[in-house]
Amino acid sequence: MSLDRVARERLVRALAASVIEHADELTSLDQAIGDGDHGLNMKRGFEAVLAALPGLADKSLPEMLKAIGMTLVMKVGGASGPLVGTFFMELGKALPGQPSRADLVAATEKAIEAVKARGRSDAGQKTLLDVLVPVHAVLAGGGDAKAIAAEAMQAADRTTPMQALRGRASFLGERSIGHMDPGSRSASLLIGAAVETLELGVNT
Amino acid sequence: MSNVGIVIVSHSPKVAEGAADMVRQMVGDAVPLAWTGGDVDGGLGTNVAGILEAIETAWSPAGVAILVDLGGAETNSEMAVEMLPEDRRARVLVCNAPVVEGAVIAATESSGGSSLAAVKRSAEEFYA
Repeated sequence: MSLDRVARERLVRALAASVIEHADELTSLDQAIGDGDHGLNMKRGFEAVLAALPGLADKSLPEMLKAIGMTLVMKVGGASGPLVGTFFMELGKALPGQPSRADLVAATEKAIEAVKARGRSDAGQKTLLDVLVPVHAVLAGGGDAKAIAAEAMQAADRTTPMQALRGRASFLGERSIGHMDPGSRSASLLIGAAVETLELGVNT
Repeated sequence: MSNVGIVIVSHSPKVAEGAADMVRQMVGDAVPLAWTGGDVDGGLGTNVAGILEAIETAWSPAGVAILVDLGGAETNSEMAVEMLPEDRRARVLVCNAPVVEGAVIAATESSGGSSLAAVKRSAEEFYA
């Protein structure tokens, strides 16, 4: 996977667009089982990321990812800021400048562990980890971009019948069942945008 | 002043300020105190930069106890603590206590010269 400056800028724009274009949908998901600010929060964060272009794409891939993470931490405002921000920062710390697929598998695993620690959570609690963990399994198993994107969307769908055990939705107990987790939805959108832009093949 | 500092973090700046008013009424100026609330655009929420600033304002060599309201306030506070210089990190604790009552009790405990661990314990015992 070779990412030149043009590709890095394209990646940042695709990530931001995936969230910003779905801000209303994320907000309505969050209004059902949370406090209704997820769309607005993520939009604010990624607008700040876009505002850091073009300089942001001048950085190496690891430095760029760390900067995106820090921007999200500082700007998002809800719990998703530190969670999604930590994912990007840890990914940046773990990836080399021109990562192989094996590097990507190892780095995303580290980043997912960091998100678990930050949220004191794990898969099964109706959080973004319910997307990150199964998507990582497909990535590690050699799945191509299409398979990874499909798993991300399906994993978000699978949070609908789950009961929330972490985050604001957990206050609702059983009433959190029947609604898709907003954090899982935004994670699936970001993953979909990333793999489409990276054109991640089986061997890259 | 070497009493433990208190930081109040709420999604609502009004709640945070109101809780701080109650603390001041109880303990006067005996305890370093700061509050923060709202996202970076002034809406309901919390933000790491605001929390870092509040920790700086309430800084004490004895440490700082942070009282938070809901989920994001806790996650953002933990993130802020991690971003502190290493020598300060271990001297800032997030309390698992209700924000208003916890802040008043923590400040009362602090005003008597108690340690950071004792301040945190007092605030959290209220919860039990």
